[in-house]
Amino acid sequence: MIKVLNSGLYSSIQDLGRYGFQEYGVPYSGAMDKQAMLFANTILANAEDSAVLEMTMLGAKLEFQCDTFICISGADMRAKLNGTRIPNYKMIAVKAADVLSFLSANGGIRTYLAVKGGFKTDVVMRSRSMYQGVTHNHVIQDGDLLAIEPQSNQSYPKNARLKINKDYFIQSQLGVFKGPEYDLLSEVQQHLLIDKPFIISKNNNRMAYQLEELIENTLEPIITTPVLPGSVQLTPSGKLIILMRDCQTTGGYPRVLQLKQESLNCLAQKYTGQLIKFSL
Amino acid sequence: MSFKLSYKPFGEQGILVEWPNQISESILEDVLGFKSKIGNVDVADIAEVRTAYQSLLILFHTPVNFQKKIEVLKNIYTSAENEEKRTSQLWRIPVCYDDCFALDLEHLSAVKNITKSEIMKRHTKVTYTVYFIGFLPGFLYLGGLDDTLSMPRKSTPRLAIEKGAVAIGGNQTGVYPSESPGGWNIIGQSPIPFFDKNLNPPCFTAPGDRIQFYAVNLKEFNDIKVLVDAGVYQIESEVTID
Repeated sequence: MIKVLNSGLYSSIQDLGRYGFQEYGVPYSGAMDKQAMLFANTILANAEDSAVLEMTMLGAKLEFQCDTFICISGADMRAKLNGTRIPNYKMIAVKAADVLSFLSANGGIRTYLAVKGGFKTDVVMRSRSMYQGVTHNHVIQDGDLLAIEPQSNQSYPKNARLKINKDYFIQSQLGVFKGPEYDLLSEVQQHLLIDKPFIISKNNNRMAYQLEELIENTLEPIITTPVLPGSVQLTPSGKLIILMRDCQTTGGYPRVLQLKQESLNCLAQKYTGQLIKFSL
Repeated sequence: MSFKLSYKPFGEQGILVEWPNQISESILEDVLGFKSKIGNVDVADIAEVRTAYQSLLILFHTPVNFQKKIEVLKNIYTSAENEEKRTSQLWRIPVCYDDCFALDLEHLSAVKNITKSEIMKRHTKVTYTVYFIGFLPGFLYLGGLDDTLSMPRKSTPRLAIEKGAVAIGGNQTGVYPSESPGGWNIIGQSPIPFFDKNLNPPCFTAPGDRIQFYAVNLKEFNDIKVLVDAGVYQIESEVTID
């Protein structure tokens, strides 16, 4: 078990997501930055869908109740084990009673903690990803006990040699495809969308990222239709909304662009006030 | 199967099929018929197929060769094989229209100049069609609301609408499957859960089914609620073959 001494700002258990229930209106959920999650699991030689702890902006303080190995990835929250700084993207042995603490995020906003064997919190509808109304809680709470499997850390397992590519943390270009309604836009609108940088508004979370700049919009809302994480919707007021992992399954605004999978990971590390640009 | 469909890539792993831009039962039948035909043919690598009013989204496990897959789908759509009679169910759902639940019924009655009991009558008279499930886990998009009951969404949404609230928003009616913020006008409360994460499937109903509401008083509501909470309530239903 891991005891949550302080949950941090918004921390939740996530895996690759909840698949197969979208026709019942259930969102996919899953780690916002799957690239960072995969790095951490790979370094620990975990199965790639092993559940991890996703922390946002301000990290947690955790006490281990058994021995294990951990790996931290994603944004740098200046992790400390019993008060001593430890690096990201490295396998680290921890012992029962060790305290792991995180500060605020640097260079991105989401940090992942993987443990050897993965978190073993409740599986609901084939996934451990926390989501309101599906799992018991949508975030971890102070005092929670998070289930993990004890691992003997007497002998250090062989560290996976992995080239960690963190370029996407500083990249502002988001690779996109045309969305289903892209061709309904005028040429002027298409140019604005592709050539102009946009600022990420303060309304950004696991459901969606809104952008500051408006695009003059003449398109009517559409008949409610499926949407996906990465769908860029254009609202009647001209606001652009990029749907993220916890988005609804259907929507009624024109879907003008669709982010590439890797762009979703890239955007998941962006925060209020940062610039992005769509690249078709 | 005779509509003119459009096929578009949607991301690297999805194909979106769209019917003409309207909401109708004949399009719904065709959408669901196509979905069931895809299910009966072994199309490699399909992760999921979901539908809405006039669209069908096919998602694959891996990035696809769109041209090839679209050809395969077009052939499935036009072939007469694998067509089968679809069965659907009619579900009878109790609703309590008592003032203690129906927060906006009085207002609706005043604005529409229709008595509360007449609103109740018109709301329960119709057999609604389930078009699809979306917005929230277990939220049914129902077609068939009596035009005279149509009512714009509230300009300021409520921060929390209770699970089970029966409401009208524009020309739609629906039941909130979980507590949620929302702008629809609340006219009653159903004791029936529309989403249960412990069941597989988590929803008792599916697109193409029909829903009929019937009025219960507060005592009947509470009696049903006890049975629902004990896990022994059977929703009244009958099978219909289209």
